Amino acid sequence: MNSALLVNIARFILLLAAQILIFNNINFLGYINPYPYILFIILYPVNGNKYGLLAASFFLGIIMDMFCNSGGVHAAASVLLAYYRPYIFKFSFGLSYEYQTVRLNDVLTPERFSFILIAVVIHHFALFLLEVFRIYFIGEILLKTVLSTLFTILLCIIIIYIIKPNKR
Amino acid sequence: MQQIFNFIFKNSYRLLFLLLLVVSLVLTIQSHSFHRSKVISSANFLSGGVYERISNVNEYLSLKGQNDELALENARLKALLFNAKDSASLPKIDSVKGVDKINIIVSKVIHNSYTVFENYLTINSGSAAGVKPDMGVVNSAGIIGIVDKTSKNYATVISILNVKSQINAKIKKSNHFGSLIWNGKSTGFVQLIDVPRLASVRKGDTIVTGGQSVIFPPNIGIGTIDKVFTDNKTNYYTLNVKLFNDMTNLGHVYIIKSKDREELIKLEKKENE
Repeated sequence: MNSALLVNIARFILLLAAQILIFNNINFLGYINPYPYILFIILYPVNGNKYGLLAASFFLGIIMDMFCNSGGVHAAASVLLAYYRPYIFKFSFGLSYEYQTVRLNDVLTPERFSFILIAVVIHHFALFLLEVFRIYFIGEILLKTVLSTLFTILLCIIIIYIIKPNKR
Repeated sequence: MQQIFNFIFKNSYRLLFLLLLVVSLVLTIQSHSFHRSKVISSANFLSGGVYERISNVNEYLSLKGQNDELALENARLKALLFNAKDSASLPKIDSVKGVDKINIIVSKVIHNSYTVFENYLTINSGSAAGVKPDMGVVNSAGIIGIVDKTSKNYATVISILNVKSQINAKIKKSNHFGSLIWNGKSTGFVQLIDVPRLASVRKGDTIVTGGQSVIFPPNIGIGTIDKVFTDNKTNYYTLNVKLFNDMTNLGHVYIIKSKDREELIKLEKKENE
């Protein structure tokens, strides 16, 4: 048992609890909810076990689905984000991201912001597309994606600043 | 054989991703199909238990409103009782079998959703209390939905704010039937479709349940007509119905258990064979 694993388990439980208890009940303007639980996938260590990330994302999503009565939409969106995470890293931090020590929970830089932005957009678009499941409502899907993305990013950045470990 | 193992080993990450994605997509598609086949639902001990805890806390904050609602309902029922034909001898429960056809199970909404296109409620009574799928759920103001899945102590309810829901309803004044659906736009309005042109509809008319199905008894309130649209192609009216219920704020609900239900279902099955 190393500390990285413990930190991840704690994040998994705390983010899920916060999502279900608080963020699922915000209903801003009647239907806009932020989904900062995906911070778990975003903040997962860059060089961590990628199989573990896929499996953990799946269970994270399936538990969300259980509480939201939504079939498997959160699971699908989370697994999708977990799989494409290395590609987003490559896009945001350049090709050699694996050799650098990429730390996400630190001061906001353009690279970090672009990473979070792309990750959230991918997740939310997949989520709302599957949740609505009717191409007829594409306008609503895009509107929901944009508004929820803004909300989620804002919350993600606030949470990162709050839980940032202060060891310099 | 060696090559197959090599292939699986080399692509194991991608294969795991595809496996998990396919599993979640199958769950998604099942949840969207019309026939009930949802595997993951909040009617289980974990999410049901968590929602019950949260609802227990939230309940204190809305006690006053709930009391007012109950007092209003009591007043209405008292009025019905006192205006019975013979108020000196109040009607006794009829001992002849077949008259008391409907049982009511009281329950409480512990989780309410109204932000997506397919909304479900979770209530805190399940098969142990006699709740079964396809029972109607109402409250003092009007209808709420139909029981979808049950576990021992919890059940999920397809809200009328669900694009999959379709309920038989009629115009109270003229007895013209139609189907009640939701277009996914506003939480305060549902739509009554397929109302024949012959019907005289006016803004403000009351819409009630039709009683053609075994789920709801007839004449339970739904809402009032807000707008009338005419469809030139089909010669039917589409009515925008303003709900009596505020679906965003639900407390105690009643589940309707019709004693004739099983007999009727059996009979209809025989007819179809």
